[in-house]
Amino acid sequence: MDVKDKMEFPGQVHETPDGGFILSKLDDIINWARSNSLWPLAFGTSCCAIEMMQTVNAKYDWSRFGFEVMRATPRQADLIIVSGTITMKMAPVLKRLYDQMPDPKYVIAMGACTISGGPFFYNTYSVVKGIDHIIPVDVFIPGCPPRPEALLHSMITLQEKIKHETYFKKETK
Amino acid sequence: MLFEPDHYNEEGEFVVNMGPQHPSTHGVLRLKVWLDGETIKKVEPHLGYIHRSIEKMTESLSYRQFIYVTSRMDYLSAHINNQVCALVVEKALQVEVPARAQAIRVILAELTRISSHLLWFASIGLDLGGVTPFFYAFREREAINSLMDENCGARLTQNFMVPGGIMKDVLPNFQQRVKEVLKQFKDNYHEYDEILTGNVIFQNRLKGVGILTKEDAIAFGCTGPTARASGLNCDIRKLYPYDGYEKLQFDEITSTGGDCWARYEVRMAEMKQSVKIIEQLIDNIPEGEIVGNTKKVIKLPKGEFYQRVETARGELGVYIVSDGGTTPYRCKYRSPNFANLSAIPHIARGHKIGDLISIMATIDLIIPDIDR
Repeated sequence: MDVKDKMEFPGQVHETPDGGFILSKLDDIINWARSNSLWPLAFGTSCCAIEMMQTVNAKYDWSRFGFEVMRATPRQADLIIVSGTITMKMAPVLKRLYDQMPDPKYVIAMGACTISGGPFFYNTYSVVKGIDHIIPVDVFIPGCPPRPEALLHSMITLQEKIKHETYFKKETK
Repeated sequence: MLFEPDHYNEEGEFVVNMGPQHPSTHGVLRLKVWLDGETIKKVEPHLGYIHRSIEKMTESLSYRQFIYVTSRMDYLSAHINNQVCALVVEKALQVEVPARAQAIRVILAELTRISSHLLWFASIGLDLGGVTPFFYAFREREAINSLMDENCGARLTQNFMVPGGIMKDVLPNFQQRVKEVLKQFKDNYHEYDEILTGNVIFQNRLKGVGILTKEDAIAFGCTGPTARASGLNCDIRKLYPYDGYEKLQFDEITSTGGDCWARYEVRMAEMKQSVKIIEQLIDNIPEGEIVGNTKKVIKLPKGEFYQRVETARGELGVYIVSDGGTTPYRCKYRSPNFANLSAIPHIARGHKIGDLISIMATIDLIIPDIDR
């Protein structure tokens, strides 16, 4: 597809006989590029990972939104989908994986366990009650496990969030 | 311990950590591997990265509630995990389960077994370097998940069991939908053989690798397809029938090879047997009640109760000690994956590190079931 046909391209494309030029803001172009090629880390601890695998597959097919390149190493990933319970023993590993990812990095907390401990909130001694105690989270998805549609929705929400980021302009308070 | 780096030890062996974040461990298992060149000298599994204290939680949940936590144990056999908990309560209370509930339970359990083996088929392809089996298997898995979604209300963790029967009746189009799913599975089954079973590279990765003898399988307590591939008759559906399996005609698949290829063949053949079981039942679902006669607040009599079922991975046992109250005094799960995992250090010794992936893929571990 031609760049100018892509409707959400932020800016104006002016055609001239010798090629043409684009009029836009650098922030907008960077955000547009980043939000449409998020590479998730293949990180699954329990049940939600299976629903994440279903989302990869033909019926839901998250590659339509630019997520298809699953990376096994955090050093090549932009996004970590924490799918499944994080226990006290796993928490330092998750923090370490997050630290190894290059900036800019994003986190999706998938499932009830990552939000609050979920079914394992009461009467357990080993579950972290919400991964926001360990790493900053961009999008939370409720459900046990969430449906693939919910995961897709969260990804689109994350894209919307990325599109409003600023790199060169200082935020006005 | 956690941040232990890979290193050479005094004997010149390279000690490398596989996991807890590794795509082929299917979760958060950590294997510490001692290598001499590429040859495995020793493997040591480290557990507890997904220990969620389910057994301890059970002590504070009532007999109606504790069933649903077990869906998160072996999440691919969620329905069968629920079944064993319902069965142990029924056994203790001596409740008669209506025939209709039993038939629906078995149909859903066998569908769960098919979908679990399909996921195993998808992931073994992925682990050994083929991506297409992943898409083939998930096509059928998605159909089964949609069926579960319509009837149970959840795609993966069904929570459809109550002590004495099932939660609600199935939809009127249940039989037709199951037949559609089975037809899709049977029509597409030959594609699995074409893409993976007949592949020479794939066969070479599995044949003669990771041999588990029958004696070792007994010694390590292996069950399920892993042990049946070593020639051990251990199908709980045959040995200790439950929920009407004794009335059904099906074969217990065994093989004598004991290697990864035998485990592969056993699982592939088991899917066909599950189809056979469902086909016997689907036209003969009896009419009638779906829940037996149980009280709203269940109190188990004082004593100890044990019940076992055959999940997709082997024998799952639940052992409950009751003090006569509304919650269990102690609950212990005998999970198949824990016993199967204990065989890995033995059978991986002397193989190349690449073969460890084949061994782990064919033993088909679910880590939350090991740690619970």
